[in-house]
Amino acid sequence: MSYQSMEEACVRCEKEGIPFWKAVQLEDADERGVTEEASWKQMEYMWNSMLNNLDAYEPELVSTSGLVGKEGGLMDAYRQGGDTLCGDFMAKVMSNALKMGCNNACMKRIVAAPTAGACGVLPAVLVTYYREYEVSEETMIQAMYVAAGLGQIIANRAYLAGASGGCQAEIGSGSGMAAGAICHIKGADANVIGHACAMALKNLMGLVCDPVAGLVEVPCVKRNVGGAVNALAAADMALAGITSKIPVDQVIDAMKEVGDKMDVSLRETGIGGVAGSPAGQEVTERLNM
Amino acid sequence: MGNIFDILGPVMVGPSSSHTAGAARIGLIARQLFGRQPEKAAVYLHGSFAATGKGHGTDKALIAGLLGMLPDDMRIPHSFEIAGEQGMEFTISNKDIKEAHPNTAQVVMEAEGVPVMKIQAHSIGGGRIKVCKLDGIDVNFSGESYTLIIRNVDEPGRIMDVSAALTAASINIATMQVFRDKRGGSAVMVVETDQVVPQEAIDDLESKPGIIRVKFLNPNGTE
Repeated sequence: MSYQSMEEACVRCEKEGIPFWKAVQLEDADERGVTEEASWKQMEYMWNSMLNNLDAYEPELVSTSGLVGKEGGLMDAYRQGGDTLCGDFMAKVMSNALKMGCNNACMKRIVAAPTAGACGVLPAVLVTYYREYEVSEETMIQAMYVAAGLGQIIANRAYLAGASGGCQAEIGSGSGMAAGAICHIKGADANVIGHACAMALKNLMGLVCDPVAGLVEVPCVKRNVGGAVNALAAADMALAGITSKIPVDQVIDAMKEVGDKMDVSLRETGIGGVAGSPAGQEVTERLNM
Repeated sequence: MGNIFDILGPVMVGPSSSHTAGAARIGLIARQLFGRQPEKAAVYLHGSFAATGKGHGTDKALIAGLLGMLPDDMRIPHSFEIAGEQGMEFTISNKDIKEAHPNTAQVVMEAEGVPVMKIQAHSIGGGRIKVCKLDGIDVNFSGESYTLIIRNVDEPGRIMDVSAALTAASINIATMQVFRDKRGGSAVMVVETDQVVPQEAIDDLESKPGIIRVKFLNPNGTE
């Protein structure tokens, strides 16, 4: 049985004197009846796939609808000008989030994390950091376990699908997972990881799923940027010693409550939100011709 | 909810786990049930598959699956051209299917020397699917584990034949479901196993009277 709460996972970490990532790995090995090594190999494959997938980006490729594709290249070129508002590292994070979002829309290979629509958040945070700073591959794979463990707790208490709980469940969850994962890389313990995840989730709570024409393109690609930048901000807050006054488990429960109350037109139906705007409707009509 | 690799994963070709990865999986299972690459395939899309399928590459993914590609195959966007090269004719059209799940596809497969096969399946999210009709008979299986599909005459003793053949091959049955269109009519057994069912066991079963066809589904895509 996977962890139903961060509290439960933290109790185990304390009792056995293990880090959060290890608690997640042990649980995975137990649940699937595989060895710790086999579990690690599988996670290593996911990590390597993320690295390779990002590099497959082609700046000139556009999606079938023609709505997205070039954003990653534009952000890259802008960053190379050296005059970004957010600084070089954050600009790289943003450009990588866009690239993965565009890759997904253009039918390239991605790792759903936790979903295809939110596939850019985690690599934008983790791969960018890995390439910018000296971190071992081993630490990165541990961070992937942290992300997966947090995602599983969210799945157990709430949901990860836009159709169920809106974009807060997809980009929001991806952001919470990435925030916790990057805190692990910075040497934080399960407690700090929980605070980072909680703050990232709270900042995106209520985010609706309103894909124009029902496609995973607008506004999904750019929301990956929002999720990634928010993850780093939440992680920095947690690493600064700022705590979430609401424990992460209760934040997840609140997210579920918000999702349950969300109108169906705002849950991946392509009806409400920006999908329902005049410009969104115009795109829908053009594509349906 | 599944394991941590349902959270981080699957590795797939975008843009949608339900409309792309799931569609590829439906095509692949259809091919495995048919037992070979069809020479002709007619694909029907219902509900959200019909409405947003083109933008999600649902059509390309289904054809890719019929060509034997897994959901992470980089050739999925080019499946139409590849089908042309390999001589697989196909049509894709929208169809309103009564009381079907919003993400439903029907696939009708033909090839010389084998009976036409028609399956209906839907995509339930996260790249996972359910097959719900096989040649008009209601069924319910996912193909996520080793699955043996047996078409047989609805008569006494056929379940024992299957159980005996699997016992002889030291294969443990995890779950078993039986379906039929009518008493004494056409039946389907869906048997999930803990081990790969060897070809000899399948051949042995197929040679028995009252057993019409036997197909083994391997979630790893090998045939």
